[in-house]
Amino acid sequence: MEQFDAVVLGAGHNGLTAAAYLARAGLKVMVLERRHLIGGAAVSEELFPGFTYSTCSYVCSLLRPEIMRELDLPRHGLQVVPYEGSLNVLTNGEYLASYNNHDRQMREIRRFSKRDAEAYDRFALAIQRQCRLIKPMLLMTPPDPTSLKPRDLRGLAKMAGIFGELGEEQLYETMRFWTMSCGDFLDEHFETDVVKGHMAGSSIIGTALGPYSPGSAYVLLHHYMGEVDGSIGAWGYARGGMGAISKALASAAQAHGCQIRTNAEVAHVIVKEGRAVGVALKSGEEFYGRAIVSNLDFRRSINGLEWTEPLDPALKKKAADFKIRGSSGKLNIALDGLPNFVGIDRARNPALCGDIHYSPSLDYLERAYDDWKYGHWSRKPYLDILIPSLIDPTMAPEGKHYMSVFVQYVPPTLHDGPWTPAKRDAFGETVIDLIEQMAPGFRNLILHKQVRSPWDIENEVGLTEGNIFQGELTLDQLMFNRPIPGMAQYRGPRPGFYLCGSSTHPGGGVMGAPGHNAAREILLDFKARKLA
Amino acid sequence: MKNDVNLLPTPFTELLRPHNLAHSWERWEGKLSVGVYDNDVREYFAIRNAVSLYDTSPITQYRITGRDTARFLDRLMARDMTKCRVGQAVYACWCDDAGKVVEDGTVFRLGDGDYLINVQEHNLAWFEDTAYGFEVSIEDVTEDYCSLALQGPLSRRLLEEIGLSGIADLKFFRLAQTELEGIPLLVARTGFTGDLGYELYLAPRDAERLWNLLWAAPIAVRLVPIGSHALNYARIEAGFLQVNTDFIGAEHCLRPSQRRSPFELGFDWLVDLKKPGYFVGRRALEREKAAGGPRRRLVGLDIEGNKPAVDSFLYAGNKEVGRVTSAFWSPICKRNIALATVEAGHDALGTELRADIWTTKELKIERSMRSARVVPRPFYDPPHKKS
Ligand SMILES: Cc1cc2nc3c(=O)[nH]c(=O)nc-3n(C[C@H](O)[C@H](O)[C@H](O)COP(=O)(O)OP(=O)(O)OC[C@H]3O[C@@H](n4cnc5c(N)ncnc54)[C@H](O)[C@@H]3O)c2cc1C
Repeated sequence: MEQFDAVVLGAGHNGLTAAAYLARAGLKVMVLERRHLIGGAAVSEELFPGFTYSTCSYVCSLLRPEIMRELDLPRHGLQVVPYEGSLNVLTNGEYLASYNNHDRQMREIRRFSKRDAEAYDRFALAIQRQCRLIKPMLLMTPPDPTSLKPRDLRGLAKMAGIFGELGEEQLYETMRFWTMSCGDFLDEHFETDVVKGHMAGSSIIGTALGPYSPGSAYVLLHHYMGEVDGSIGAWGYARGGMGAISKALASAAQAHGCQIRTNAEVAHVIVKEGRAVGVALKSGEEFYGRAIVSNLDFRRSINGLEWTEPLDPALKKKAADFKIRGSSGKLNIALDGLPNFVGIDRARNPALCGDIHYSPSLDYLERAYDDWKYGHWSRKPYLDILIPSLIDPTMAPEGKHYMSVFVQYVPPTLHDGPWTPAKRDAFGETVIDLIEQMAPGFRNLILHKQVRSPWDIENEVGLTEGNIFQGELTLDQLMFNRPIPGMAQYRGPRPGFYLCGSSTHPGGGVMGAPGHNAAREILLDFKARKLA
Repeated sequence: MKNDVNLLPTPFTELLRPHNLAHSWERWEGKLSVGVYDNDVREYFAIRNAVSLYDTSPITQYRITGRDTARFLDRLMARDMTKCRVGQAVYACWCDDAGKVVEDGTVFRLGDGDYLINVQEHNLAWFEDTAYGFEVSIEDVTEDYCSLALQGPLSRRLLEEIGLSGIADLKFFRLAQTELEGIPLLVARTGFTGDLGYELYLAPRDAERLWNLLWAAPIAVRLVPIGSHALNYARIEAGFLQVNTDFIGAEHCLRPSQRRSPFELGFDWLVDLKKPGYFVGRRALEREKAAGGPRRRLVGLDIEGNKPAVDSFLYAGNKEVGRVTSAFWSPICKRNIALATVEAGHDALGTELRADIWTTKELKIERSMRSARVVPRPFYDPPHKKS
């Protein structure tokens, strides 16, 4: 039995971020990870010889630049390459491309609608305004609006300042934006189905909402608020796959003396005299720490772990009610060559070095959502495809390609019972059939594939119900409501227990912000001698 | 339309290419445009001393037709557009309803219920929103036209030599729809240089034929293709504002505080509060006037010394009161001139401010505070411009 300053449960990227900051501040830190590898949903794995899969997450855009810099992640091997564009491939040989070059982007949209081309500027401006608003809040501990503590009041004043700068008109816009549906927002800007479909993808990724569900506009923002090299909204790619982020974080933490143990599943939280003082692994091994920091999602932290002194039943009910619905699936595919998307010049079109969608219209997406509601994977799903090997020469043997296919919507359990291998295969076939229509001949290029339902994601990565964000990103679960009111400042149900995963503000995605913010709160408590 | 590169050629690009010795291509609304062919000073003096040629094809153009066109334009624009006759060109600005300038541009009245608007940025969305309830059709015709600006004291002679005989009668800001050796031409006596000059609009398929006619004229020995740098010098002398340099259009401002009213930009003469009926922004502009006028003003400055006051802060005593947005040494005025935005109260002609100018000399950075006097615009206004 060893005593640490902090014991971190889970080596997801947020656990690693928190650990790195704590170790950097001079604390003795131990990270305990259930799996054989670190990273949680930010991992790279070789599941077929010569091919590296970003098994879960695949886009690196949200990772806060402040964290990259403070932890010196580039020196620990992280390299982020910006996307060059994106594509919405239709099955009729048409496509809508999107380019980083503004003029070319305008011309591209103009092929469908001159008005939409110009509306794009307004749309981009509206999104950019919301991004400017939310950005300073990402690395901030959400102030409690019911508290009179000076710190909360200062936080609220800061938020009021940020909102105040907007002016009345923009403030109204923001209030609408945070509550409205993405579909309504897009209908206000655009007239063409394919343009709206293209823009709407980000509002449903990982979310058990349809594009016309209120609150989905915010989810769109959540996907745009990242940045690459100061360019807001840009999406980027981590060389070596998403595991490169986790590796760099782990390396930064270890450089400050942090220890990391894999194959170490935590089963119990040890509570003594009302304080969380340690954890016990499934194997019985115990680790004691002045701070116990959980990277697990909220429901798992509260109800999944065995607390040696029982928690308030009312709290356990809240954890059970926490909205954490799985809605996404994933295919990782090794390909013998580059697929030929109809109508696209494979050699020259930079839009291929980015996200390739199948998203013909809002209506299509809404119908895809209907299937999910009634317990079936979308018979005609939304796809977000990336071919990392086009950007990164380390992902597949030269001439061959690795394709990541993110699928929305896929339920965690099906209307006719739980997932079975046969159903998983059927789901995979649905996706492959669709890609075959986008790129005839695709099927013949497949060398190996991995199909992941939410059930698989939950069982592999430990994300409850396979919800990729560790909890829905709806206003009732954001900011000072995340995960639940009263627990939004990273402090858990017992002194000494902290939450640092995506279930906390500002939410999911490979952002590192929850881990960073949690570490700041823990260090404050150390300073205030609350963690003797 | 093909969309396989970031910058597309204009119908003149291949014709300009042999002249572009510096191979200096730059972006203009997604089209290839020339920065400097070889020598920007030589190009600049062609505008003031001979005749210059500038490919203006990338300019965005909207054609407005339909029954309510005149009424619509009068609603859109702050000027009284009912006074614009067929064959006339009008310089105008349009505002949002908060009275902030969306953009400025030239409006050509080609016929009854038939107008052409020439503008830098895209405005279709704004125009269509404003057209709600009017029977008008607004069409982006940018690709239907290519254009050349022929500017300089010899420009009229050049046009006469290629056979546009009636050109001497074309008055300032008037249009001629004519034909030259079978090429339909729209000739406008307008330009962005403040000199005698014309703009020729034609169908892309006729570009090369017009080009050949121009270069076959005897006076073409004095014809110099110019790039955007030379043009920029001339437009500062003429006191013309450049969107995204001297101001940001209201529709493109990320920060609402950066929007500008026409009064702030010195566009007072483009606002007609006496015209009957409503125009977009009218009430806000009336309120601004009633409240004592704009909070800032765009002014011309004559600055001591010869170092261009690029991006300089301006001071009245120790108080920072404004910033330069465009600056350069004018060879024709022999003055160090600039366009700047200053706080109200510091904009009266003759006001003495100080400009904070930073210059680099052999890696040494020198800072100098130079006196800057508010002077009238344009800085250069030759009589032949309108004669
Ligand atoms: C298929 C998929 C695609 C995604 N795509 C993207 C994307 O492209 N871009 C993006 O930014 N985000 C994406 N996301 C979301 C993002 O990956 C997650 O929100 C984020 O990685 C969560 O990080 P975390 O550190 O908060 O939690 P997690 O990554 O869930 O980490 C929790 C860790 O705790 C461990 N653990 C669980 N239980 C125990 C226990 N009892 N004892 C010890 N350890 C335990 C888990 O094994 C895991 O390592 C995607 C997610 C998925 C699933």
